[in-house]
Amino acid sequence: MKGNERKRTFMLITIPVLILFFAFNTLPLIKGFIYSFTNFKGYGSYEWVGLRNYIDLFQDARVGKSYLFTFKFAIVATIIVNVISLILALGLNSKIRAKSALRGIYFIPNVLGGLVVGYIFSFIFTYILPTIGENLGIGFLKSSMLASTKSAWFAIVIVAAWQAIAMNTIIYISGLQTVPEDVYEAGAIDGATGWSKFKNLTFPLIIPFFTINMVLCMKNFLMVFDQIMSLTKGGPAQSTESISYLIYRNGMDGGQFGFQSANAVLFFVVIVAISVFQLTFMNKKEEQL
Amino acid sequence: MKKNSQMPGKTNWPVTILLILGCITIFFPLYMAVIIAFKKPSEMTNDIAGALSLPSSWSFSNFTEAMKVTDFWNSLGNSLLITIVTVVLAILIHSIAGYAIGRNMANSKFYKFSYLYIVSGMFVPFAILMMPLVKQTSQMGIGNRVGVIVLYVVFYMPMNLLLYSGYLKNIPMALEEAAKVDGASTWKTYWSIVFPIMKPMHATVAVLTALGTWNDVMTPLVMMSGTGKNTLPLAQLNFQTQFGTNYNLAFASYLLALIPIVIFYLVCQKQILNGVVNGAVK
Repeated sequence: MKGNERKRTFMLITIPVLILFFAFNTLPLIKGFIYSFTNFKGYGSYEWVGLRNYIDLFQDARVGKSYLFTFKFAIVATIIVNVISLILALGLNSKIRAKSALRGIYFIPNVLGGLVVGYIFSFIFTYILPTIGENLGIGFLKSSMLASTKSAWFAIVIVAAWQAIAMNTIIYISGLQTVPEDVYEAGAIDGATGWSKFKNLTFPLIIPFFTINMVLCMKNFLMVFDQIMSLTKGGPAQSTESISYLIYRNGMDGGQFGFQSANAVLFFVVIVAISVFQLTFMNKKEEQL
Repeated sequence: MKKNSQMPGKTNWPVTILLILGCITIFFPLYMAVIIAFKKPSEMTNDIAGALSLPSSWSFSNFTEAMKVTDFWNSLGNSLLITIVTVVLAILIHSIAGYAIGRNMANSKFYKFSYLYIVSGMFVPFAILMMPLVKQTSQMGIGNRVGVIVLYVVFYMPMNLLLYSGYLKNIPMALEEAAKVDGASTWKTYWSIVFPIMKPMHATVAVLTALGTWNDVMTPLVMMSGTGKNTLPLAQLNFQTQFGTNYNLAFASYLLALIPIVIFYLVCQKQILNGVVNGAVK
């Protein structure tokens, strides 16, 4: 009798939750998949076009460019963020004064909204850096980084990294705190110092945290949107159009609902594939150690 | 807190100094924003001093003007409303879902499936859901703040379900069983015993959900365009063109948009840091 009551209550909780999740996550996913086989513009009537959107995707220069940009951006940003965060975390976890204040300060960028941060940095790139370049005679700084197709992507890396480093540093610090004191004592007896201490003792022990950071970073950077919106709007000459931005721009306003749905499906497959690859690859590494 | 150094008690001054100098990279953009927000356009000369020297007088006129231009109080109200309702719903719905699913996962295929089904939603990028969702919500008549809240409750479900059911693994069944013996229903047992025990996890969920929803641009952008309503970030985006080249006005508006979350961070710094770490490490 009691057991039934418990089972029924659990069922009455779970089913509405599943329906809610289905209605606003799975259903639109299925719809998106269906739209990807049509030439729907976002309004009016549409026809089935079979796989044509998918074939066109691979021949569309703008889509190809956006994938290249997004990957270049995500890989470079992930590497920069993880290297700097790890160094910062080691510093913030060593014997320093004002430890909690410093940790608090280095986390600030993470709570600020990406859009507004982008606007503030946009001013730095457009006015402050060129003025510094003028005064000090540094050639490549003289014009705005955001105005050149060669450097705009890196300006976005800087802004995205400025924010993401905060988060990753905190995760690395909590990783470093799991390393027991006696490991270092044992290492000190064997003469492990500096780089060899880090490489042979510290790093292997915080690999799970490294995995989390790599996966989180890569996933977030592949979906970059806010920074693009505030810094470049995809320009100059579409050199900084991320995949999310292109889907938004052309899918919502550009009359390419069907075509961009196909793009979104491809993007989804890519994200899942990369996440799964990273997780299994890192798991193997962890087992080896 | 463990201390990792071979020389206990001795401060590492070089690292301390380097870290303090490094804070410049954090404070410089914020300093610049404050300085520009207080200046008059006529003070913005074309050299570094124009942007970075202290203003001749600290006047709040840019801020009052920015409030008018961006409809600040309404945007702030919408942001607060959306964030608070989302957080409350997330704590209520996600925790009980985490309880129902988490407690039965081990010995029921249905619940195990439900768990994997919802958690795998974490990998679905918003970009693929965006276009169909905009159509769907407008057909349902919730292409507005209500829709945004519903979407957030769904989008944060995978992460929060993972957090809650993970946390429940460490809570023994004994307490619930004692309540059952006393004749309390499962529903009542949950709210009177399990829900209060999960308080630390509620804090983590609240922090992560609040930070995410407060700063989000994309969801309100596609859902609320045309309703004439803005969230704080959305207002910055929509009124960007109205600032023109008046950077002083623009920066006053950016600061206004940043101030609420900065205050929240200063007040709840400890909970926020703990919450973020708990959320990421679990």
